[in-house]
Amino acid sequence: MNPLRLFHKSFDHGVHPAHLKEQTCDLPMQRVPFVKEYLMPLGQNLGAPSKSIVQIGQRVRKGELIAEAAAFVSTTLHSPVTGTIKEIGDFRNFDGNFVPAIKIEADIYATQQSDAGNPIEWQSLSIDEFIQEVQNAGIVGMGGAAFPTHVKFAIPEGKKIRYLLINGAECEPYLTNDHRLMIERPEDLLMGAEIVRQKLGAEETVIGVEKNKPEAIAALRQHIKPGDPVRLVPLHVKYPQGAEKMIIKTIFNREVPAGQLPRDVEVNVNNVSTVVAIADYFERGRPLIERIVTVSGPGITYPANLIVPLGTPVRELLRFCGGLTDATQEVIMGGPMMGRPIATLDSPITKGSSGILAFTAAETSRRKEYPCISCGRCVEACPYFLNPARLARLSRARLFDEMVNYNVMDCVECGCCTFACPSAIPIVQLIRTGKDDLRTRKETPA
Amino acid sequence: MNAKDPELLLEHAPLLQQGMSTPQAMRDVIYSLVPVTLAGIWFFGLSALLVLVVSILGAMLTEWVFSSAENKTESLWDASALVTGLLLGLTLPPGLPLWMAFLGGVVAIGFGKIIWGGLGNNLFNPALVGRAFLLATFPIAMTTWNPVSDVDGFFMVHATNLALPFMHVEPDAMTSATPLGLFKFEQEATPIINLFLGNTSGSLGETSGLLLLLGGLYLWWRRDLDWRIPASILLTVVVFSGILGLFDAERFPTPLFSLFSGGLLLGTIYMATDPVTSPITPKGAWIFGCGIGCLVVLIRVWGGLPEGVMYAILLMNAATPLINRYTQPTVFGRGKERS
Repeated sequence: MNPLRLFHKSFDHGVHPAHLKEQTCDLPMQRVPFVKEYLMPLGQNLGAPSKSIVQIGQRVRKGELIAEAAAFVSTTLHSPVTGTIKEIGDFRNFDGNFVPAIKIEADIYATQQSDAGNPIEWQSLSIDEFIQEVQNAGIVGMGGAAFPTHVKFAIPEGKKIRYLLINGAECEPYLTNDHRLMIERPEDLLMGAEIVRQKLGAEETVIGVEKNKPEAIAALRQHIKPGDPVRLVPLHVKYPQGAEKMIIKTIFNREVPAGQLPRDVEVNVNNVSTVVAIADYFERGRPLIERIVTVSGPGITYPANLIVPLGTPVRELLRFCGGLTDATQEVIMGGPMMGRPIATLDSPITKGSSGILAFTAAETSRRKEYPCISCGRCVEACPYFLNPARLARLSRARLFDEMVNYNVMDCVECGCCTFACPSAIPIVQLIRTGKDDLRTRKETPA
Repeated sequence: MNAKDPELLLEHAPLLQQGMSTPQAMRDVIYSLVPVTLAGIWFFGLSALLVLVVSILGAMLTEWVFSSAENKTESLWDASALVTGLLLGLTLPPGLPLWMAFLGGVVAIGFGKIIWGGLGNNLFNPALVGRAFLLATFPIAMTTWNPVSDVDGFFMVHATNLALPFMHVEPDAMTSATPLGLFKFEQEATPIINLFLGNTSGSLGETSGLLLLLGGLYLWWRRDLDWRIPASILLTVVVFSGILGLFDAERFPTPLFSLFSGGLLLGTIYMATDPVTSPITPKGAWIFGCGIGCLVVLIRVWGGLPEGVMYAILLMNAATPLINRYTQPTVFGRGKERS
């Protein structure tokens, strides 16, 4: 055991980037105005893309089902607005690739108020019915991975969940969407957690929040009643505290075996936004049609925490925030450590978009790269105990198969190694290249 | 919204980086060596300064000559050649003929670094390669030690310093043995306080234990060195020589004497911790350090030479790739019973 655990609970290794949340952490969530057109990509979740069930020209109401799940590991889509289906075809996704999507033109005469839907009598649902309802609501993991939530709830025979872990770590710098949600909607969060806890039959709900969010911790503490099976755990501030396996290690000191899932150590982990989405569905009958997005970074004129209907083009969000400054060089979807660059601003906000960050030359220009001097900082940063220096060297030499011997597939691409490297070697980027090559060759028959 | 879209870059995350850079780490090493260097000059006078300057010149000139055309000034700015030249100079006797010090610098960079493919690719510590070459080629000059100079002698340059290349060198009339030499050949122990402060004869940067430890602390505080390596070397030396002392306290040096005499601290803090030539894995660092500690005591006690730090480090450098291979960290979730 690491002796440091006596002083503060945490996983081993990891890095300490600046928090950089000051720009938005005190700004209340704000609803963005409705825009003219919405673009709903069919593949907003990990797994199989949804299957469209609408026709061009068809009128849809806000919250109406527009695409159904194509498989078990797939989910549904609902219209974020009242309007007309304008086009179904291929549109550019944020990464620049064409993906199948539904374009909806908003009805300018509709009020776009949320219909007060019907609450769902969740107490009487069986676990299978509950899983079906979560899939009907189109809920996915909203921390960024967008893994269909109902799949996580399907616990195989013989396994049992003891702890429901609510992940409010939000360890990525800049992002404050989960932070604001915990401050402004603690009751819904606790409600959603209670629904899931009861349905999974877990003994206890544990909420993990990094200590740099004292207001969120206070708000939750205020709403947890004595005797509730809920435990709030302030977490040591360290990246990647919010990574599923790391937060489990931190709180329960259990290591999820490589290639296995949290349920194998009797834990179910959900992001705070996901849990609030569950409360929205079961308490108000509202499927997942909007999410909270932090728009921030040095390139944004007026940073904000926004409640955004899914499908809103990034360009419209930026316009609402006063636009990009002239110095802006790059826009990132997600956080600065694991986010991905946006190739076209016409691409939409999807279920997994936690942040839109704009960066200037200070962040995007890489320092001059030096040779690896084997200083070992990456080895001591990697929370998965890999040898990133070795992996990067192998990737440069294109010895991708050799990388497998160094467990490259256990890498979650958290980026601690690149962050820690004094020689400015793009370590995680090189590792990604290797993983992509290995994955592609595995999927493509020879 | 601006009228035009900015030309968006697609630089991949992470976009954040910690502040330390490789040239900065090299500069830290130089800063930490300032007290030791000044003390060496103070103890051994102008001769010491000349030896240092010349060995640095040899190293940097070689680096410059062998760098690719577009990289000529850049490679000097990363300061690694300066560090190598300085470290080499600090391991030399203050009365060494200057041309030998220069040649040592050339060999350190040329054979210690460039032929391996430059920074980051060498197997052996470059400064020690330079020193090993000098010791093998000029054994007399490399083991002729000048006593600490008095105040009057500060500006005196030893005649041996100015010897012409490849000519016969008349040894300085004023020579004195190092504390290790005294112990080995005359069974005479030097007081620990002198070893600690540094007013004994020896290589010009190795004598002051206090300042070397201070430099090491600074590097540890800046996280530029892996503390496991010095810790394991020093611990091994103390334990090993302590055990020997149990058998024959007269014949074997005390642990404290072993720690502060000779080049142990200089080698431990500055050469053994060279990141390029030491293991990258934490477990490997312990093995590496223990190996060096054992070899140091073995060579010092049973070898023909009074000092063995240089060979101990070079031998363990050779073992580094193997150590790395067998000490890969246990990947998260792959331990036998980690959860």
